[in-house]
Amino acid sequence: MLKIKGLKAGVEDNNILKGIDLQVNKGEIHAIMGPNGSGKSTLSSVIAGKEEYEVEGGSIEFDGTSIMDLSPEERAHLGIFLSFQYPVEIPGVSVSNFIKTSINETRKAKGLEPMPAGELLKLMREKMELLDIKKGFLSRSLNQGFSGGEKKRNEIFQLATLAPKLAILDETDSGLDIDALKIVANGINKLRTPENATIVITHYQRLLDYIVPDFVHVLYNGRIVKSGTKELAFELEAKGYDWIIKEVEEQCI
Amino acid sequence: MHLKEKLISAFDQSLDQLSFQQRRKESMERLKQDGFPTIRNEEWKYTNLQPLLKKEFELQASISSITLEEINEYILKDTDTYLMVFLNGVFQPNLSSISCQKAHISTIKNANEEQQKIIEKYWGSCLPKKGDAFVSANNGLAQEGAFVYLPKSVVLDKPLQIVYATKNDNALFTQTRSLVVVEENAQVQITERHQNFSDSEVFTNAVTEIVVKQNAIVDFYKIQNDNFKCSIVDNTWVNQANNCNCTVDTFSFGGKMVRNNLTFSMLGEHSESNMRGITLIGKDQLVDHHTLVDHLVPNCLSNELYKGIYDHNAKGVFNGKVMVHPDAQKTNAFQSNNNLLLTDDASIDTKPQLEIYADDVACSHGCTIGQLDDEALFYLRARGIPKKEAQAMLMYAFANDVLNNIKIEELKKKLNLIIAEKIGVELAIEL
Ligand SMILES: Nc1ncnc2c1ncn2[C@@H]1O[C@H](COP(=O)(O)OP(=O)(O)O)[C@@H](O)[C@H]1O
Ligand SMILES: [Mg+2]
Repeated sequence: MLKIKGLKAGVEDNNILKGIDLQVNKGEIHAIMGPNGSGKSTLSSVIAGKEEYEVEGGSIEFDGTSIMDLSPEERAHLGIFLSFQYPVEIPGVSVSNFIKTSINETRKAKGLEPMPAGELLKLMREKMELLDIKKGFLSRSLNQGFSGGEKKRNEIFQLATLAPKLAILDETDSGLDIDALKIVANGINKLRTPENATIVITHYQRLLDYIVPDFVHVLYNGRIVKSGTKELAFELEAKGYDWIIKEVEEQCI
Repeated sequence: MHLKEKLISAFDQSLDQLSFQQRRKESMERLKQDGFPTIRNEEWKYTNLQPLLKKEFELQASISSITLEEINEYILKDTDTYLMVFLNGVFQPNLSSISCQKAHISTIKNANEEQQKIIEKYWGSCLPKKGDAFVSANNGLAQEGAFVYLPKSVVLDKPLQIVYATKNDNALFTQTRSLVVVEENAQVQITERHQNFSDSEVFTNAVTEIVVKQNAIVDFYKIQNDNFKCSIVDNTWVNQANNCNCTVDTFSFGGKMVRNNLTFSMLGEHSESNMRGITLIGKDQLVDHHTLVDHLVPNCLSNELYKGIYDHNAKGVFNGKVMVHPDAQKTNAFQSNNNLLLTDDASIDTKPQLEIYADDVACSHGCTIGQLDDEALFYLRARGIPKKEAQAMLMYAFANDVLNNIKIEELKKKLNLIIAEKIGVELAIEL
């Protein structure tokens, strides 16, 4: 589904991603871990098409075709979804209107009519229930004054209503207490099908107790320095990142 | 001929037929002496009128008919309203519906004898003794115009729409004059629109006086979406007695040069004035808002919120003056002016001007100038909302709190559509 080869990207003279290779097939869950500042958010933004980053080399293919020249909205229309580490507050745009516009613009891009209002409402209700979201939520201004947890839950709510092929969850667990984490993880698991895939970006192994990855990658200093299965996550939890960093640095010397 | 000379000579020829002769004469004398303002005048620093004033304008239009079909697009249709249509300053009874039991809606000219007394009393009462050239010219020569009178305790059952239409073969200078008097405990909602229906240039000088008595409530909505050949100087003067509430909202989308002079005089205690605006303009457009709230007595509240979005090489001016006189203790005066510049060529000159001579007051002002937030744009686009629509959403969101205050639902919808059209997107968002 997603095939990244030799991806290099950065801003002006700051190289952030220094050659990333990653392949995600449908049905799989990949976890990307790594210390702060490794480039995890940059990688997810580049996949989603953020124009601020310059891609200096490599390729990104989605379902067999290059998406390098596509705008963020075109990538979204193909089914790429990024759950933001820091969702943006947009006063004056309500959650429901945002989701409605998002769904209908995506449908429009596919040549479909707007979703009938009743159907839309039903869809939102259903997903609100799944994620234990309260009623007044829909009419609130997007992310404005939301707690960290509410923001993350809102991201997963959008994920649930949009049902993308590939979901990239950037630090979705941060800001969530354990109960909320369970609800969100349960929501994400329920949305899984053999046809879609998920990339979970996280610092901590905690989330991976609930969303069990098929593969775990460690991103450090713009490179994937180690890949493995879920056992790697346990190892990281027990030993921290230092041993990997050391390993990498020794290799470099 | 320069506009000033033209007006003076027209006045000399028509004086015999005019009402309020003495007042008119004095005003025209003042125009003669002062002339129209130049950019050396502090109040007109950013808006140069000289090209307009030098242009050859006709003072009398040659076209005298307009149809309901033409008007239709510019009025609210799903809401039951009273409607006054003027063409080139002349009232069009066949297109209007003004028959009203409890209130009086007519032209200033055609008011009955009893009403003439009221007009005599209030005509010019909100204006300063020494008005500027536009007020003077309007005082001198404006004739027909809307007269709305709400007797005590009358709540007008439906909004009134006033359309000042213009249509001419050649460039036209026109002056409209409206007088709204709302007695104790009465209420009224009015929308007003100046609209050109021809390809020729129009320069309008409008004066509206609004007299708000004790406990009255007035909502006045100005929709400025004229075509790009039209310019207007729109002068609105409000006198408020005690315990009353008056709102004047100005929505500026169209026109080449739009200058709004809006003045509130707070003459009675415990009154509230609201002035809000959305300005959304683009190529070669200028919108200049000059507001003044004159707090003369204690315990009043004035609330001012203007939002501007400027594209291409559009120019915006906002000058918000608040005067708090020594007696006006416990005044609350809030002002804010927020602007988005969409390009490097667009500009806004914004100047809050607080003059406070009382010590126990709460006054604040703030202005912001910014661009659309890139992070927010990316967020929306990453959810499949195309760039243009995403920009539109952010602009709607930006202007939203002004739109939300509108009390006439259909007007809100109509403005939403105008905004969508102006931005070039299909969506009209219910935010
Ligand atoms: N827009 C940007 N401009 C400049 N530096 C950036 C930008 N985005 C990310 N960086 C830098 O790139 C590095 C990786 O950041 P990020 O991708 O956010 O890491 P992570 O998500 O792994 O914590 C950091 O050093 C960060 O400061
Ligand atoms: Mg990050």
